[in-house]
Amino acid sequence: MNPRRKQRLFAVSSIGVLLVLSIGFMLYALQDSIDVFYTPTEIMQGKQKTGQKPVLGQRLRIGGLVVPGSVSRDEATLAVSFDLMDTGPKVTVQFNGSLPDLFREGQGIVATGILEKENLIVAHEVLAKHDEEYMPPELAEQLKGIKHVKPEEAGY
Amino acid sequence: MWKWINSFAKPEKAHWLATVLIPWFAVVAIVSLIVGITWGLGFAPPDYQQGDSFRIIYIHVPSAILAMGAYVAMAVGALVGIVWQWRTAFMFMIAIAPVGAVMTFISLFTGSFWGKPMWGTWWIWDARLTSQLILLFLYLGVIALYSAFDDKQQAGKASGVMAMVGVINIPIIHYSVEWWNTLHQGATITKIGKPSIAPDMLWPLLICIVGFAAFIGWVTLIRMKNEIVIRDMHRPWVAKMFGVVTPQKLRRSDKILGGTAQTSEQREAK
Repeated sequence: MNPRRKQRLFAVSSIGVLLVLSIGFMLYALQDSIDVFYTPTEIMQGKQKTGQKPVLGQRLRIGGLVVPGSVSRDEATLAVSFDLMDTGPKVTVQFNGSLPDLFREGQGIVATGILEKENLIVAHEVLAKHDEEYMPPELAEQLKGIKHVKPEEAGY
Repeated sequence: MWKWINSFAKPEKAHWLATVLIPWFAVVAIVSLIVGITWGLGFAPPDYQQGDSFRIIYIHVPSAILAMGAYVAMAVGALVGIVWQWRTAFMFMIAIAPVGAVMTFISLFTGSFWGKPMWGTWWIWDARLTSQLILLFLYLGVIALYSAFDDKQQAGKASGVMAMVGVINIPIIHYSVEWWNTLHQGATITKIGKPSIAPDMLWPLLICIVGFAAFIGWVTLIRMKNEIVIRDMHRPWVAKMFGVVTPQKLRRSDKILGGTAQTSEQREAK
């Protein structure tokens, strides 16, 4: 390789290394702010690394699995309340509005709202998170024991 | 070997290679897109949770993966252009940039249309969606910077640097779903181990990815051929290829394209 090419290659690669380092530090510093939601455990016990806990009245997002059997609906209105959990404690979410199609017990949910009590969130938006697994209904029934029901038949 | 690779720095050799490759890419693209999309949209089984809505995966995933793939290809072109000073590498870079930008847009657009019924929202500022949006802006930035210069060799250098710097975004997009909590689900097929998708759903997806890749190659090569011919309009090999070109005709095309770009080309020619 001739010296000029070598020089250019060296310049390009050193810029590359510096860039990777600086972006790396930046993302490391922003680590906690980039998460789109808190998990229920993080709300109760604080972020794993920093121990930072959300304060009451804070607007935040929570993401967790809907605890089976915890969904209770108001007969007359759209109001609904359910518990979310990941690996530790549960947090209750109250919501008044229509739920996404994928909402069901055991499903991952991301809710945006205000932290009213330590373990209570009043949400104004509920989003469903789905996982990266795709399979036909028959296979799912066999493997996971989940029966696919159309949302209009599920009664949510 | 190096000598052979280096010969593609010559515009006429690159033009010849593109001409040879185009029909192959075209055939692969047409066949696999027809097979993959018909299979995916018409015959693959519905998903156990999402029903038929999941079928948008057959457009969304190929466009998203190849938006990143095209970016890496563009950055490699920029690297070769800057370090080895190939004019053709910059021509390749600017040929693939709009194609990649369109792929990025398709992935964002289909993602929104998937997100609304499934997640319940068109858009959320989570790490995956945001970094993909940044990818679109990077593409647009490279195109805009390239068009801002009249001297296309200068343009190639400036936008090439931008293209290379932007590569840092590619691993961020890929790992965003692992490093942070996101609403977007994790990787289905581009992960170590078994893909978490049933085989009868996976095959059409893989065929669609091949089809999208060939389509990008096809369109890019056509664009590159045009770029080469436009930039080398005054060189004898182009004149020979298109038959006899009288000096008057040349001067007319000079006016159409604007004078400044041509003078730099002529300077290079000497």
